[in-house]
Amino acid sequence: MNQTTSKDHAGCHPRMDERSFMPALINAFIKLAPQHIIKNPVMAVVWLGTLLTAAATLAGRAQPGFGWAVTAILLITVLFGNFAEAVAESRGRGQAASLRRARKDLMARRLDKSGGEKTVPAAELRPGDLVVIEEGQLIPADGEIVEGLATINEAAVTGESAPVLREAGTDRSGVIGGTKVLSDRIVVRVTAEPGNSFLDRMIALVEGSNRQKTPNEVALGILLGVMTLTFLIVVVTLPFIGGFVGAKINVVLLVALLVCLIPTTIGGLLPAIGIAGMNRALQANILAKSGKAVEVAGDVDVLLLDKTGTITYGDRQATAFHALAGVDAAQLRQAVLLASLADPTPEGKSIVKLARGKDEKLDEPEGAHFVPFSAHSRMSGVDLPGGRIIRKGAMDAIVQHVQTLGGVIPAELQVRVANVARKGATPLVVSDGAHVLGVIELSDVVKHGLKERFARLRAMGVKTVMITGDNPLTAANIAAEAGVDDYIAEARPEDKLARIRAEQAGGRLVAMVGDGTNDAPALAQADVGLAMNSGTQAAKEAGNMVDLDSDPAKLLAVVEIGKQQLITRGALTTFSLANDVSKYFAILPALFAATIPQMAALNVMKLTSPTSAVLSALIFNAIIIPLLIPLALRGVRFKPSSATQLLRNNMLVYGVGGVVLPFVAIKAIDVVISALFSL
Amino acid sequence: MTEFLLVFALAIGLGWPLGRYLAAVMRGEPMRGDGLFLRLERPLYALLGTDPQRGMSWRGYAGAFLLSNGVLGVIVWLILMTQAWLPLNPNGAPNMSWDLALHTMVSFLTNTNQQHYAGQAQLSYLAHMMGIVSLQIITPMMGLALVVATLRALFGGRNAQARKADGQDQTPVDVGNYWADVIRPTLRLMLPLCLLWSVLLTSQGVPATLDGGPVLAPVDATVQMKEQKIPLGPVSPMVSIKQLGTNGGGWYGANSAVPLENPTPLSNLLETLALILIPVAVVFMIAGLTGRRRFAALVLGTMLVMSVASAGLAIWSEGFSSTSQDIALMEGKEVRFGAAPSALWAALTTQTSNGSVNAMHDSLAPLTGLVTISDMLINAIWGGIGCGLQQFIVYLLLGVFLAGLMTGRTPELFGRKIEAPEVKLLAVLVLLQPLILLGLTAITLSVPSLTGNSNPGFHAISQVFYEYASAFANNGSGFEGLGDATVWWNLTCSFVLAAGRYPALIIPLAIAAMLARKRQAPESTGSLQIETPTFALTLIAVIVILTLLQFMPVLVLGPVADHLSLIAR
Repeated sequence: MNQTTSKDHAGCHPRMDERSFMPALINAFIKLAPQHIIKNPVMAVVWLGTLLTAAATLAGRAQPGFGWAVTAILLITVLFGNFAEAVAESRGRGQAASLRRARKDLMARRLDKSGGEKTVPAAELRPGDLVVIEEGQLIPADGEIVEGLATINEAAVTGESAPVLREAGTDRSGVIGGTKVLSDRIVVRVTAEPGNSFLDRMIALVEGSNRQKTPNEVALGILLGVMTLTFLIVVVTLPFIGGFVGAKINVVLLVALLVCLIPTTIGGLLPAIGIAGMNRALQANILAKSGKAVEVAGDVDVLLLDKTGTITYGDRQATAFHALAGVDAAQLRQAVLLASLADPTPEGKSIVKLARGKDEKLDEPEGAHFVPFSAHSRMSGVDLPGGRIIRKGAMDAIVQHVQTLGGVIPAELQVRVANVARKGATPLVVSDGAHVLGVIELSDVVKHGLKERFARLRAMGVKTVMITGDNPLTAANIAAEAGVDDYIAEARPEDKLARIRAEQAGGRLVAMVGDGTNDAPALAQADVGLAMNSGTQAAKEAGNMVDLDSDPAKLLAVVEIGKQQLITRGALTTFSLANDVSKYFAILPALFAATIPQMAALNVMKLTSPTSAVLSALIFNAIIIPLLIPLALRGVRFKPSSATQLLRNNMLVYGVGGVVLPFVAIKAIDVVISALFSL
Repeated sequence: MTEFLLVFALAIGLGWPLGRYLAAVMRGEPMRGDGLFLRLERPLYALLGTDPQRGMSWRGYAGAFLLSNGVLGVIVWLILMTQAWLPLNPNGAPNMSWDLALHTMVSFLTNTNQQHYAGQAQLSYLAHMMGIVSLQIITPMMGLALVVATLRALFGGRNAQARKADGQDQTPVDVGNYWADVIRPTLRLMLPLCLLWSVLLTSQGVPATLDGGPVLAPVDATVQMKEQKIPLGPVSPMVSIKQLGTNGGGWYGANSAVPLENPTPLSNLLETLALILIPVAVVFMIAGLTGRRRFAALVLGTMLVMSVASAGLAIWSEGFSSTSQDIALMEGKEVRFGAAPSALWAALTTQTSNGSVNAMHDSLAPLTGLVTISDMLINAIWGGIGCGLQQFIVYLLLGVFLAGLMTGRTPELFGRKIEAPEVKLLAVLVLLQPLILLGLTAITLSVPSLTGNSNPGFHAISQVFYEYASAFANNGSGFEGLGDATVWWNLTCSFVLAAGRYPALIIPLAIAAMLARKRQAPESTGSLQIETPTFALTLIAVIVILTLLQFMPVLVLGPVADHLSLIAR
């Protein structure tokens, strides 16, 4: 499977291609088996009704032509429902097949205690085993790199062919069985039991074989069940009540009325909606561990977002130099250039670029000794021959450094640093010996279009919180620029966990993104934990979703998918129930036409005959299911807006529309079939 | 039209201060009048052995409710079956048969007042006062207590703050003290208001005496009666309570259509107003009780729209529709009041689950019958005191569930999620109504010997269905002419009465208590705002369509077919 096919599926207009059409059609028939149909009570009632009308027709209780027509339409109604589910499943099945190919027949080079190697089938690997993988080989099992680093092609799992870097001892040490090492040699400690690997679980998920109904689906199922039972009571009691005034009601007509009333539209599409929700997540390259996780995403109130990589591009660029009073601008520029010439970090390079850009021709002097950044000193720089020591670094580090050398800190520095920080930039202070020269401004660039996305989230009532290690001033500036609602500055990993707990104690549902092992507790605590595929095994285990593209901004997409899934269910339920009004007007007059002629006044659609009225209502009831399959798979159109607006729009489209549309459609069907079959 | 506007204006105008007062009573905090009322209440609490401040869990509360009903029920049943031997029986009413006594007892215990007997002839003064009137006073307050407890639970219970502080799960949700919730409003609201209405009605000529009635010669010689006994008694107190307490059971068999119960236009206005006064006040009470005025406004707005629509429809049908001039419909009508006040009363008495009448509903135009039956099937347009709001909460939960999904979140009411366990309980209530009403209607109609109807055809379907719908809604009015004093009718109606009362009062309380135990999410723009016109309209659509879908066939075979054949004639 590659990216392009997955994008095809993700398109806004899901089309049925030939490959999935036939198997889905066959499956629709296979699903007529009792053990399957019973899982869907609404359709089970239709199926029983089909058998009943067939029996009644055989027994001569109805006109054969009419009886068989009704039986056929009912059967088709059930098949349409099955077909909807089969189509949804087939989309996952294609993906599963290609995943399965990746898993097949892997061999592993297992290391034993003495350091020797033995080639064994991957199925024999157990957690804790060490395996060696070299350039060009496939990784035999899920695990963590304990030695070395490698570039890996994960296309088999993610569909993304650009190689990724994985390295021992970092937050990007996790590897997935079935992916390919492109360069170097790594030793991997196996972490998954055979049959329970990431790939195995993914296959099971996309096939929907272990799909559990989500909580909202269960609740809605109960409501649909009780509506079905209610209409069963209505229909069963009707002949007794009607019998009092001499109305003889044919059993085929009663079944027709029952099937028209029970919520077959939503009943037929409900399983498909659930599967499609998972699939839509998958098309966005997000692997949700359960359907529930996707659904919960729709309920999220707070998003915790890491600044770096999510909100900003993460590579800070030098954007300005600020010389202190009494320091020549050129002098500062020269100093920073010298200090950064040998600096390999992106920041260092950007400083050189900015300094050179101002026409400074300068090469690295002979005998210069570059001092790299260390977490301990928190500064870097250069020691020049002749004892000149140039340093750049965080303000407090430089202040300490200068004071150690006996220098004096100008009062102006504080102001300059604060000015830079207020802009959301990072200030680096530059010193030459015991003198402070000035400040380098490093800016972190906020990703394009985020402000609008956050505004949309706000309209949906979702609050965004930015997590950053920056100082409060910088954090505040970036927060303002990106348009997040809140931020945590100078955050440590445990701050994330504390914030999640605090939000949850306030009754809010929290989603977060994480990749490192130290994110694992927070990912587990969050209601929706989206782990990056590039992250550690611990993080991936802790979260309830994995983003295969490792794009933290995906969290926003997940929220929308979750909401869309719930809206689709609610909208189609409303539509289904609203449809019943017109169906009553079609069938009730037909039901009593023979015995109670006055009832003709209720035939507001002026349907041609009782026969064509009943058939038209049934045909509408059946074909609305396949017509709505695309909607069920794609989800209803969702424009982020407040709950009240969403309700108003959906009530107008699916509520009012659900009442009006079938009046028009049933009338149209009646015109066509009465002309065709002269009913 | 004048009366229509006057009744609604007075109900809203008086309901507002009354609702505020009622909220203060139900909050149980120190208030004016304590000096007098506490002196009356304390001995009652001592007698019951309860501390009015001590809270109850929902189970304890529901248990106390059922216990109090059981004890009262047995006492009243015994009084009815032995009244001939007890004092205060100047008119010589005989003992009731066991089944009629059972039906009468259940009927009054459930605040229904469906009567399969004629009060003036078949009840002694003692049975009236001890059995009937005391139940008429206390049962509406029981309904009120249950809905107040449910509202408390919906907002986390009385101990919401304390439970939040100590991590929620351990302590049960405090929904209030049942005994205090019944006794306080009985003494502080119901009895004073009844006293006022009795005096006002007596001033209009409604009898209030313990003497037996006089025997007089009829003025009209054509009836060929030498003398007629005029039944009197303590009528006006009973009329007050039957109107104010959504009771409906009158002193006389023909209820407020009898001049002795409803002598003047002013008495008619007072009685019409009394139909909806306390139900409206209960809606206003929400604001003071929960501190959430916008919620009270939602309930008031939704109910008012449906109430005005239903009353308007009834008035149109009686006065202006194509059948309104049909002479056949004048049979059984009280001509003193005319079409509009009769239709207004008919609509309000079915909306509020009251059931008293000032015109025979059997004789209403078929479409007015459709309106009155629909009112009872919905049973939440004002509704019975407490029960109406309780039923409204059921619709609210259903509406929130559907609308919540459509806004893309797990449905939540006041920040608490409605999930499968709650939906299961709601499902029981949704199913119970069609199961009982349609099931029993079908059985009764298919065995003609059970029916006992006075009309053939479509109208008979209306009669039978009306009787059960009225019993299930705890309304109590009837399509008169039904021979309903039989064992079949007494027993099935007793069952329907209880099935329409107890689950409908207790299940919402249980759901609210389950919700109260859940984590409460703060409301944001992303959560469904129920206090908006959009949701109110959605809710009305849910209520109307749900009712319509379940009962359309029987309504078509009954009142609609009746109407169609009437205009076809």
